[in-house]
Amino acid sequence: MIEAQQISYAYPNKVEALKGVSLTIKDGEFVAIMGQNGAGKSTLVKHFNGLLKPSQGKVLVDGVETTKSSVAALARNVGFVFQNPDHQLFSETVEEEIAFALKNFGFKSEIVEQRVTWALNLLSLTQYRKTSPFLLSGGERKRVALASVLAWDPQTLILDEPTIGQDHEQKEILRQFILQMQTQKKTVVTVTHDVEFVAECNPRVVLMKEGKIIADGVGKEILTDPAMLELSSIVLPQIAQVFTKLASLGFPKDVIDIYEAKSIILKAKEGKA
Amino acid sequence: MSVFDGLRFRKVFSPIHNLDPRIKFVYVIAIFVVAILFFQIIPLLILFLMQIPFVLLAHVQRQWLRSLRGAAFLAIFIFVVNVGTTFFTSGYHLTAPNVENAAAMTLRFVVLVESFSVFFLTTSPDHLGLALEESRVPYEFAFAFTTAVRFVPVLAEEAQTIMDAQKARGLELEKGGLLKRIRNYVPVLIPLIVSAIRRSLELAEAMESRAWGATKKRTNLYLLKLHKGDYALLAITVGILAIAVYIHFYVSIPTIAQLI
Amino acid sequence: MAIIETKNLTYTYPGASKPSISDVSIKVEKGEFVLITGPSGCGKTTLCRTFNGLVPHFYQGELKGEILVAGIDVLKHHTYEMAKHVGLVFQNPENQLFALSIEKDVAFGLENVGVSREEMRKKVDWALNQTGIYDLRERSPHEISGGQQQRVAIASVLAMEPEIIVLDEPTSFLDPLSAEKIFEVIYKLNKEQGITVILVEHRLDLTAKYTNHLIVMDQGKVRFEGDPRQILSSEETRLMGVGIPKATLLYQMLKKEGLNLGEKTPLSSEELADQLLEALSSR
Repeated sequence: MIEAQQISYAYPNKVEALKGVSLTIKDGEFVAIMGQNGAGKSTLVKHFNGLLKPSQGKVLVDGVETTKSSVAALARNVGFVFQNPDHQLFSETVEEEIAFALKNFGFKSEIVEQRVTWALNLLSLTQYRKTSPFLLSGGERKRVALASVLAWDPQTLILDEPTIGQDHEQKEILRQFILQMQTQKKTVVTVTHDVEFVAECNPRVVLMKEGKIIADGVGKEILTDPAMLELSSIVLPQIAQVFTKLASLGFPKDVIDIYEAKSIILKAKEGKA
Repeated sequence: MSVFDGLRFRKVFSPIHNLDPRIKFVYVIAIFVVAILFFQIIPLLILFLMQIPFVLLAHVQRQWLRSLRGAAFLAIFIFVVNVGTTFFTSGYHLTAPNVENAAAMTLRFVVLVESFSVFFLTTSPDHLGLALEESRVPYEFAFAFTTAVRFVPVLAEEAQTIMDAQKARGLELEKGGLLKRIRNYVPVLIPLIVSAIRRSLELAEAMESRAWGATKKRTNLYLLKLHKGDYALLAITVGILAIAVYIHFYVSIPTIAQLI
Repeated sequence: MAIIETKNLTYTYPGASKPSISDVSIKVEKGEFVLITGPSGCGKTTLCRTFNGLVPHFYQGELKGEILVAGIDVLKHHTYEMAKHVGLVFQNPENQLFALSIEKDVAFGLENVGVSREEMRKKVDWALNQTGIYDLRERSPHEISGGQQQRVAIASVLAMEPEIIVLDEPTSFLDPLSAEKIFEVIYKLNKEQGITVILVEHRLDLTAKYTNHLIVMDQGKVRFEGDPRQILSSEETRLMGVGIPKATLLYQMLKKEGLNLGEKTPLSSEELADQLLEALSSR
């Protein structure tokens, strides 16, 4: 469980990125942290694995204060996949890349071997085991970065803008992957501004603005609340856009799922017939 | 490194910042020449004190003092070496003129460092780049300079991100003996280098796409023009040089020991 | 006359085992707003770069086939000559800005070509105004947001007054709101200045409504070209992995269940909403 208790954080250049933020994420939850650029989303999640320590307030991961622990120790349970895989890849082979963290954490070599094979399998990278990560395509490099974090099987997975530069199919694979993580009761926290992606996953949404949390709750409620949109400059998911214009027909405004939309419309048509 | 602190630019607008960088550079070279001309402490002291009004006018006292502190270590070293050599070579005698000489050498070093420091503190990279572009330096160099300056903050941020990313995979940069620590930086250096290469490729594409190399006769949106202040500084510089040369050849300068 | 015409264009990057584009033949008329899409690796990025000669001149390798852009044979002219007719805007806003102030960046292309200072000043100011960033002209690139940076990139290409502007996934790194602003700027340039626009994008939900000439690529080849309403309603397109706009998908789904909302396949939420209002309003 991750708990942020009234945390504030200011960067060395005096910019106040977080102003009294409180948030609790229970094991197994799927949370999407959203908001404009500069709202403080990345700053917030970097507190969850100790990369940043709050200047005020406390962050507790599984009951342990992050200030009393090293990043390496916290990383054991909180895996962080950065936005740009090229910021992580450096090894001669994909195999070594995935083994890197395992070796850092002191896993025995037989276990390392097992874990690497497992991670390669999970993300369909087995054929690239001995390939240099630099020779792979953008999407493949992203999978290698993800595999290298999954390899040590952290309870919590933090994904920073995982959908940037991905095409439709890649995003679909990502969505399925997150669902799989959920069935394994893993906690997934994603920082994203991809409204359509969030609409398809319908997670808990935490909306931030200027260092504060302005909304925390059910995805479809927050993403279709006009007051929220006004405040945080997010765009309505397309299905919700359609339904907003159908308010005169008495349709609910908080529809973001395409299947739900279909049922509502068909029912309304039947009602007329 | 605090010596470099004095060399970093701060966006403050003062009359000194607005002076033409080329004239400022000529002034700094003049100070350089004059400092080399003299080995007596009094003129060097005057030269040093002459920087102060510029520093105050430009509101860069804090950075300037910081760079002085940075230079202090080397300055003390120079002083000790100078005193030491004269001490040992003169048969273990410590005389006032010798100490004064050592102080003068030290002060000369400080003046050289500080005049450059004031130059960089009061000249924006934009101005520098512009001066380079308008000088006879080939455009490629001026471009390389401004592009490098433009990307310094970007690269710094990227280095931090890469370190964070690897720390999040269990990399501990502070642990281990010297050899291990150096090896620990490989996962930081390689992504940095690869990223720099990718970036240069993208930059090159953008440059080509905007007609880089279309003609040797490049024009410039900006133009550095000399104003009254620049001419004034030029006059002051020439004046200082003239007076210095005169004094050097025709006036004998007393030492402090003689004055007392 | 077509402003861009390619015949059987094929290109393999040096050292690659197979071509990035093969047998690409397309025709773009002056003033069109063309949208190119397709799954990652389909060759759209390579195709963009043939329009101003980066492929093959910058990347080396052999470009087979014919390509005429604004009447010029790209194979026989330097990129710096093409730059006066075709402007290219890339994915990453950060790596397209190299000067220390915005207006100097916008002037870069004009400086390279040797335009006089007075002329340059006028064109730079015009481009800054067209993209809505005139107030930012003296700022440094590091101080502004990604969306603003991308507008600077567009302005710096626009300043050279090209007939064609090509944009390769310009909003990849931007949030949806900034992305929309960029598309509005591009659309305005197309409608008001008559500039031919070629936009490569994944986000069809935001862009399909702007075009009537859609090109879908897959594995280096052009699979579909033509009316987006037709192409995006086909099952084949969806199976290829193209991100069909949700409004279009919903229209399809309703049609399958017997609810026909009209002849025109909607490409935006507005169009679908209008169709639904008509079909469901009580008379």
